[in-house]
Amino acid sequence: MVKYQASDMDRTFSALADPTRRHVLQRLIDEPGLSVSELALPAGLKLPGMMKHLDVLSDAGLIRRSKTGRTVSVNLSAAPMREAMAWLQRYERFWTVSLDRLVALVEEDGE
Amino acid sequence: MQNSLPSVTIVRRIKAPPAKVWAAITQPKLMMRWWGPDAGPTLSAEADVRPGGRFSIVFRLLNGDEHNPTGIYQEVVPEKKLVFTWEWPGIPERESLVTFRLEPSDGGTVLTLTHAHLPDEEARTSHEDGWNGLLDKLHVFLGDSA
Repeated sequence: MVKYQASDMDRTFSALADPTRRHVLQRLIDEPGLSVSELALPAGLKLPGMMKHLDVLSDAGLIRRSKTGRTVSVNLSAAPMREAMAWLQRYERFWTVSLDRLVALVEEDGE
Repeated sequence: MQNSLPSVTIVRRIKAPPAKVWAAITQPKLMMRWWGPDAGPTLSAEADVRPGGRFSIVFRLLNGDEHNPTGIYQEVVPEKKLVFTWEWPGIPERESLVTFRLEPSDGGTVLTLTHAHLPDEEARTSHEDGWNGLLDKLHVFLGDSA
């Protein structure tokens, strides 16, 4: 398993910060292998606009594009998102336990 | 706050007044008694609680690993709000931002903690729209073993 460096995580989080790109990922979960125009049309974007978003997602490693004849189909690539989820889970656990102890501390002591 | 980056938010209702909670999150002697992700000991805590001041905490996990998160206070509003940056040497990730918000409620305190990646320009101009849907789907897509 590849260990992701901080800069990779940066790219993942920045790529995920845009609603259009999140929507693209969401559609790809439901319908893997959509073409660029199938992604662009419902988003109300022209092809070059959608290509720009796909470039960002691709640089972040979140999607893979493959060409069959004249059609480019887009698929999700899960590993970087797994890293982002792991980040969230690490801190959720860290703070949940710490705050439980904090609450116990301030509630236990008398005034 | 307009921040659409993934973040952790935890809310706790505490049966103690904000002054007491504030002391626990800003006085090193008290910070040492709760800070840490398991029952392992906190070994040291330093906190220069003013904007630009630094904190540094060393704790040992039950598995023996020692960690030393550190950061700089950004916003200090006594009994209301504490914001600091967060770096965790040895863990490969960029700086993030932790916010404690305290609100008085029925003689107690509502504490809201947020831990987020530092928003960049793009994130600030983006909208909340669509996060929850994507996260829900991701949980299914990735399974629970992520």
